[in-house]
Amino acid sequence: MTHALPVELDVDGLAAPPRSNGELVFAEPWQSRAFGMAMALTQAGALDWEDFRQQLVVQIAGWESTASPGDSFSYYGCWLDALEQVLVTRRLVATGAVRALADEIAARPPGWDHDHHHDDHHDDHHHHHDP
Amino acid sequence: MTDPRAADDRVPIALRTQALEQLLVERGLVDPAVMDNFIKMYETDVGPLNGAKVVAKAWTDPEYRSRLLADGTAAVAELGYKGSQGEHIVVVENTPSLHNVVVCTLCSCYPWPLLGLPPSWYKDPAYRSRMVREPRTVLAEMGLRLADGVEIQVWDSSSEVRYFVLPERPAGTAGLAEEDLVPLVTRDAMVGVAQVEP
Repeated sequence: MTHALPVELDVDGLAAPPRSNGELVFAEPWQSRAFGMAMALTQAGALDWEDFRQQLVVQIAGWESTASPGDSFSYYGCWLDALEQVLVTRRLVATGAVRALADEIAARPPGWDHDHHHDDHHDDHHHHHDP
Repeated sequence: MTDPRAADDRVPIALRTQALEQLLVERGLVDPAVMDNFIKMYETDVGPLNGAKVVAKAWTDPEYRSRLLADGTAAVAELGYKGSQGEHIVVVENTPSLHNVVVCTLCSCYPWPLLGLPPSWYKDPAYRSRMVREPRTVLAEMGLRLADGVEIQVWDSSSEVRYFVLPERPAGTAGLAEEDLVPLVTRDAMVGVAQVEP
């Protein structure tokens, strides 16, 4: 391995991530981005892992207490909510900023960024529009 | 505190994720390349695949097998696997008359670099205590029925020593190459609660 693990993930209890045969399971690309964001922020010292983990437990417990039968649980939905909550609390992200930018992205015509950046924009980090 | 889910139900969560990443990148708080590395590391570099490669190599390379059994830590490091919780690895080999199984009675010591995230039952107090007292029964409950003549050795991992089981190579795989054997090797077989099926 070339990198040390920045955190020790929970293996049981509410905060344990979904996994199969010892590997993490990401059902959609945004889930892995949300995961990678928390890891990168933790390594950079911008996020306190224990703060985040506790907020994640709060989000999951909150979901469990309010969910109706048939609601499908999204571990990484709770993960993203927890991450946003901690970042807003630490004033690293302004309240409402994520929502505002997401609305703005949603209102853009399809392919807007391909038209403007197709020669100098080789990464695909911002192209996870597909479900 | 408001419930962010209720407020954001109209916006697809993929877009919220994208928006948060963009804000953090703009503020210089995360580097997308660092995120990519972490995702790749957890998806592929940390997981039972590493252990499976060690097992397949030991099955096909007798000299590697000898080195692995003599000094597990050094032999797995040859393949580039080392780091957190992988420092002191002892490899125990299953044979037709001896079956090894790993437990950690004190906590949940586990060879992460080789096997990835431990299964939740590994931390279960019932697994930890019963596997020591009645391994044959617990293994049978987990789907592994061993013949009465097979001796069972239970190894208790600790922060000093992490045990790793080298399973038996299944019959009928003599013609398979090392890379074809890798997908057969499961995490459970390397903990010792299963055998490798051909």
